[in-house]
Amino acid sequence: MSAQLELKHINKNFGGLRVINDLSFVAQPGQITSLIGPNGAGKTTLLNLISGIYQPDDGDILFDGVSIVGLEPHEITQRGIARTFQTLRLFLNMSIIENVMSASFSRAQMNLIDIVFRTPRFRREEQRLRNEAEEKLGFFGSRLVGYRFDQPAYSLSYANRRRLEIARAMMTNPKILLLDEPAAGMNPNETLEVTALIGQLRDEAGYTIILIEHDMSVVGGISDHVIVLDHGEKIAEGDFEDVVTDERVVEAYLGRKSS
Amino acid sequence: MDNFFAQLPQQIINGLTLGAVYALIALGYSMVYGILQLLNFAHGDVFMIGAFIGFGIMSAMLSTSAPSVIIIALMIVAAMIGCGVLGVVIERFAYRPLRNAPRIAPLISALGVSFFLQNVIQLTLSARFRTYQTAQLIPGSIGVDLGTARLSGVRALVIIVAFLLMFLLQYLVRRSKLGRAMRAVATDKDAAAMMGVDVDRVIMATFFVGSALAGAAGVLNGLVFFRIWHFMGFNAGLKGFTAAVVGGIGNVPGAMFGGFFLGFAETFAVGFLSPTFKDVIAFVVLIAVLLIRPRGLLGARLVQKV
Repeated sequence: MSAQLELKHINKNFGGLRVINDLSFVAQPGQITSLIGPNGAGKTTLLNLISGIYQPDDGDILFDGVSIVGLEPHEITQRGIARTFQTLRLFLNMSIIENVMSASFSRAQMNLIDIVFRTPRFRREEQRLRNEAEEKLGFFGSRLVGYRFDQPAYSLSYANRRRLEIARAMMTNPKILLLDEPAAGMNPNETLEVTALIGQLRDEAGYTIILIEHDMSVVGGISDHVIVLDHGEKIAEGDFEDVVTDERVVEAYLGRKSS
Repeated sequence: MDNFFAQLPQQIINGLTLGAVYALIALGYSMVYGILQLLNFAHGDVFMIGAFIGFGIMSAMLSTSAPSVIIIALMIVAAMIGCGVLGVVIERFAYRPLRNAPRIAPLISALGVSFFLQNVIQLTLSARFRTYQTAQLIPGSIGVDLGTARLSGVRALVIIVAFLLMFLLQYLVRRSKLGRAMRAVATDKDAAAMMGVDVDRVIMATFFVGSALAGAAGVLNGLVFFRIWHFMGFNAGLKGFTAAVVGGIGNVPGAMFGGFFLGFAETFAVGFLSPTFKDVIAFVVLIAVLLIRPRGLLGARLVQKV
């Protein structure tokens, strides 16, 4: 099995602060790879590096064996890596269906002429994208369908906004989904539901998933592989059970035992 | 008072004509502001270039036996394409390199482009006034008499073309992938990029569309008001900017509304008070609106509910 995503000796500094230090890991296709670690460990920075907002100072990031370092964020998305945000970044003034459809920009086959003259191709494409967006929203049961399609995104509850962000990321037709704390701010019931949903995204939709999460019930429930970061370094990696009993991990979260 | 009612229909027609021109200019201002938070002070000069492109086509074709409809269509289309391309070039060379600079930098750059365009025209075509030969294209005899008012052919043309363009724009922004991308980029550039939207291309398209509307406005303005010169963009730009702010800058329907609002205010000031008050009224309107509704008449509330 060849790696879907491979990070090789990534370093990243902000000013004099080393945020990511010689980090390497691989994510296998069709698996959920979870990144955990205390606040400030560099988890979100890592997602920003993968999605192209930041450039690594050195090291390489391979997607299906090809380097994606130096590509623009939209190019990386077009190649098949989509993400959600820890602090939600929906287009709040647009409708739910428009939020999802906006993520198909690069796939829509139409130009300015088609749009101005409403050619048959324009109508066909718009209809196709709308159907596709409705299908993605259908993945979340009845929550985001029907009359909801044309409601503005700001009318949604917090949990539904998180679901909408996932639907929007799915609309880019990715191979890899980067989920940045999808359960943040959710109540225990919603957290259970999100956990099941992430499992479905892997098992039914077949995405490779890289998950950042603080909630250990989510991470423990579905991760195939867990990587622990602290101060930008990988301090442990393996099964959830192995990792959470690792001495360095306990130390990173709780501090050193006084002797 | 009798005088007022006798004049009213004509003033409404005049207000619609002037408002249509202002609305088309305001749209470009507003779209660019919405997407980049940049006040594109060169926009008025793009309008001026549009007027000159139209004038050039008209001068070249009046001597031929081409029918007026073809000439006018060519004038508008050429001005729209020419200005659209000009807008894209301005964005590429004057604004994009400053995308991440402090906001004052592209503002100064915009003023520079404005002076540059004025001076290019002054140097190459001289500072003379030129006059649109509208009467040769649309004879003054064409028109509809409506009681005390008269809707001349050229005014009807201006109003119809402007409404058609605004309808198309509204359709583009509301119902196409480009419009969705524009609104997404206006809301959150980084998030849009990470959803696969090519932000640079969307910004280019915004400049193209906004500048093309200014180009059309330049031709329509020339057809109704005849005189054009290299410095006309300054005043037109200020009025377009005022209209955009009055309507709520960054908001497409707001720019249209603001344009007509300002057009009517000015026309009524000229018709019922004195032509001297034309510009005074425009800016009194601006100040009054800013005092009462700082976000503009149709300006959206910022939705920041978390």
